[in-house]
Amino acid sequence: MRDDIADKVIAIIAEQAMLDPSDVTPQSTLEDLGIDSLGLVESIFAIEETFDISVPFNANDPSESDFDISSVSAIIAAVERLVQDQT
Amino acid sequence: MSHRVVITGAGTINALGHDVPATLEAMREGRCGIGPLDIRDVDRLAVKIGGQVTDYDELTHFNRQQISLYDRFTQFTLLAARQALGQAGLSFSGDLADRSGVVLGTSGGGLNTQDENYRAVYEEGKNRVHPFIVPKLMNNAATSHVSMEWNLRGPSFTVATACASSNHAMGQAFNMIRSGMAEVMLAGGSESMLCFGGVKAWEGLRVMSKDACRPFSATRNGMVQGEGAGVFVFERLDHAKKRGAEILAEVAGFAMSSDASDIVMPSKQGAARAIAGALRDGGIDRSAVGYINAHGTGTAANDKTECAAVADVFGAQADNLMISSTKSMHGHLIGGTGAVELLACIMALRDGVVAPTIGYEEFDPECALDVVPNAAREAPVEVALSNAFAFGGLNAVLALKRAP
Repeated sequence: MRDDIADKVIAIIAEQAMLDPSDVTPQSTLEDLGIDSLGLVESIFAIEETFDISVPFNANDPSESDFDISSVSAIIAAVERLVQDQT
Repeated sequence: MSHRVVITGAGTINALGHDVPATLEAMREGRCGIGPLDIRDVDRLAVKIGGQVTDYDELTHFNRQQISLYDRFTQFTLLAARQALGQAGLSFSGDLADRSGVVLGTSGGGLNTQDENYRAVYEEGKNRVHPFIVPKLMNNAATSHVSMEWNLRGPSFTVATACASSNHAMGQAFNMIRSGMAEVMLAGGSESMLCFGGVKAWEGLRVMSKDACRPFSATRNGMVQGEGAGVFVFERLDHAKKRGAEILAEVAGFAMSSDASDIVMPSKQGAARAIAGALRDGGIDRSAVGYINAHGTGTAANDKTECAAVADVFGAQADNLMISSTKSMHGHLIGGTGAVELLACIMALRDGVVAPTIGYEEFDPECALDVVPNAAREAPVEVALSNAFAFGGLNAVLALKRAP
């Protein structure tokens, strides 16, 4: 299950960045991948739709949202937590 | 040929009041018109607040037949236009009617009508809708009904530039009178997007606040939507003087610019070009500007970009002027916002009272201007600017002077 979530999140981010999933590493930041604010909002929408979760994220202050977007691994961990909270 | 243009009538309905005196009183008192949304399916929204027009019953103003043709945004427009023309004391016939028109801004037009009827056909599975849905929802409906009701037969159209719509509309009206194309113009804008589909679409961008609109405050966390209308009577100065009309303010300058860069992120350069352009157009010295009604949406992106643009244009003079966002009180009326906000400019010029930015909690070094926090201020103002910077990077700034 855990790997499944990671793979799906990476696939979403890779699609947004127009990269191959193999080029998206856990250490990558969205900035590294060339994802801007609109790309981020679209990625979060795709994550919500894929996992049927609600992501607490306000574009006005990403650092203060309860959703860590500092790196791909942070996003994966946050999604795992949200999925777990739901079950 | 260049004519001077003045404002001889004003009308509004918005979350702060159902007319101009009530709205200005609320602005003087720094009262907040934002509260819990009372709309269908609000429980399915993540954003549950807005600057809604309350205590409003369409049946007290319009008959059943009119309501079948007037979307809420058209109703708001007609009520505001009625007040503005009542104050101006004008009626239109003959040559004056042919040389007078209507230019109004809106972004969503009859969005409530669309929302209700999509719901009827998609959710409720109905195969039939009311016959007047198209003339009710079209963006130019409000302009056309104003034109019909008051016999304004000259240049008339609707402008849609998202959050800058009414400033663009008022700028067109100003230029038409200035150039001699028209004698009197009804100008302003209206918006009513506070319905389930309207708010749901905005939620998607994740720029909406769930608790309050706090422009320029370090604690700001997004915009809050409002609704309503503002309509003004723009008139050639000599025409107004000849009939002894009371003049509320002079429209002195206007400029537009396009960022040509991003569909949602604002640009300092684009905003600065519009602000500087309005000053240049009106032959106004920077040092004469006492007040700027900011676009001030309360988003992270707008407020710091707008402050940087003002600092760019005004240099050291930026520290001597006041800049406030009345969106903190009435919310963001999108296509109608510049019209309601122009009232704050008129209040500053005519009454010497500058409307505050309420909800201000904490200094933000990226918005280091005098934002008139939380309480209105008495100060003489000779020139006021009104900023509007739209999604899509389309900017429109008006410059007003105290009545001559």
